[in-house]
Amino acid sequence: MSKDQEEAVLITGAGGALAQQVVSRLKGKHNIVVVDVRHKPSIGSDIPSYKMDFEKRAFEDIFKKHNIKSVIHLGRIGPQQSTLANRYNSNVLGTQKLLDFCVKYKVTNTLILSTYHVYGAHAYNPALIEEDAPLKAAGITMNLVDSVELENLCNIYLWKNPELNITILRPCNITGPGINNTMSHLLAGKRAPWLVGFSPMMQFIHIEDMSDAIVAAFEKNTSGIYNVAPEDWVSYTKVLELSGCKKIPVPALPASVPIALSRITGWRKFPMHLVNFFKYPVIIDGSLFKETFNFEPRYTPEEIFSYYRELKM
Amino acid sequence: MNNLVKKALIDPSIEECIDAAPKPVGSLGFDPWGYSAEDAKLPLSLIKPLYKYMFRVEVHGLENVPPEGRVLIIGNHSGYAPIDGAMLIYALATNRYAPRAVRTMVERFFPMVPFVGNMVNAAGAVLGDPLNCKKMLQGGEAVLVFPEGVRGTGKDFKDRYKLQRFGNGFLHLAMETEAPILPVGIVGCEESLPKFGNFESLAKLLNLPYIPIGLPFPLPTKVIINIGKPMVFENGAYTEEEITEKVDQVKNQINTLIGFGLNQRKGIFR
Repeated sequence: MSKDQEEAVLITGAGGALAQQVVSRLKGKHNIVVVDVRHKPSIGSDIPSYKMDFEKRAFEDIFKKHNIKSVIHLGRIGPQQSTLANRYNSNVLGTQKLLDFCVKYKVTNTLILSTYHVYGAHAYNPALIEEDAPLKAAGITMNLVDSVELENLCNIYLWKNPELNITILRPCNITGPGINNTMSHLLAGKRAPWLVGFSPMMQFIHIEDMSDAIVAAFEKNTSGIYNVAPEDWVSYTKVLELSGCKKIPVPALPASVPIALSRITGWRKFPMHLVNFFKYPVIIDGSLFKETFNFEPRYTPEEIFSYYRELKM
Repeated sequence: MNNLVKKALIDPSIEECIDAAPKPVGSLGFDPWGYSAEDAKLPLSLIKPLYKYMFRVEVHGLENVPPEGRVLIIGNHSGYAPIDGAMLIYALATNRYAPRAVRTMVERFFPMVPFVGNMVNAAGAVLGDPLNCKKMLQGGEAVLVFPEGVRGTGKDFKDRYKLQRFGNGFLHLAMETEAPILPVGIVGCEESLPKFGNFESLAKLLNLPYIPIGLPFPLPTKVIINIGKPMVFENGAYTEEEITEKVDQVKNQINTLIGFGLNQRKGIFR
């Protein structure tokens, strides 16, 4: 059997730091194929690598050329990277295309990276939200509609195509070296927004722990929906203090003021889709993932924030 | 500077009690609801002079409080500011038998109030949601619930010590989590903040349950708290009618404890 006919794992979003960590953990144990919509990932000459939009016809060629039997779908266009319409096309319709190919080419292990943002930041949120809680984000901000729709889509496939063994992971804030999300940018900077009078509780997971979590879920292949978060919590103002960030006060009331300020200023660290996350806590219960996959994060919040503190020295 | 003022205001005896009532917190001292032992010390220290000198609180039955593990504390609610809750929390936090850092359920508007929302969370109060209550009981916490809610705090002075309707939710939670119920009767808070009426239209306009017609400050009444013996209700497939009967057993017990308190005091102010 040629190398191309051996079973392979397709990893999307491979240009990102998280995917690269996952690749380094799976390399040697599995045949890996990587793809990214932004640029051709440079992972190593022995790993087939593609720059490809999921909606292009040529995307199917990856499935035809390589014997893809597992998919780790980490690729996503973030709310600040494009318009809502483009994000919807790529994140929702693109994922639908990917899942259709998974069905067609008989993939048996499908892991989708979602986010805890889908629960939405609401004043009435209880703490330790479990996986069966309603996804309120789309009702709070239009900017997270694609994230919720992506989840709904995956749930339909999870139910209709159990042979895909779909695992959906909803991690808390992923942070650490190389991570390119809003929270990581915010903590890396010297100044960070603070809604006056509010300091919601938050959870953070280090990029290496998250990579371990993805690999653990992939290798055990137990389909379902899982929150991924440590049993450790910290208030936002404490996070800023530990990360060495100065607070930039933003008026919190009336509620329309911070949203208007976010829109007018276009401040990258204070995007509209996260305004309510700076106000109300979204604390998730990661115990199901912990028990199912015997997962325990290695990095403490103090270690996570010391990285950002040291960046400023 | 802020920290120095804070430190100066914290009472060493309160600090000792809170440190002796450990909670399941993360590596930075927070729990999922925002409780922080460090931040809880200040509000409790500020309650101390009110407890000792203004309301001269007398507590009976502290030995009935389980030293550890889940327990649902159910009391009568009165006065349009939560003086009863504050006094009971202080009494249990400084319990000479075994201090407990009690969690209390607060109204749903609290998280939306700047500074106050986070402050009450840090002191141990939590958004009044059944899921929060369930998770905390499962985590071995002592949780304080006033099942009368605003029906208790919003009643007029003429209805003092007449228990209002209790919701059944607390009993379902106690049975589901196998938590004993600790009945508590509180006397004195009814007269401290008497309510003689309600600015109904204004309250409606502001979307508030009521705006009391009464004193703008509390009177220094004598507060007496009686804590009863734990009541255990086995979980089972009960109808709502049967649950209501069990709720009435708790209510009757609280009524008895209120009666004790009324007999124990020599007058409203002594």
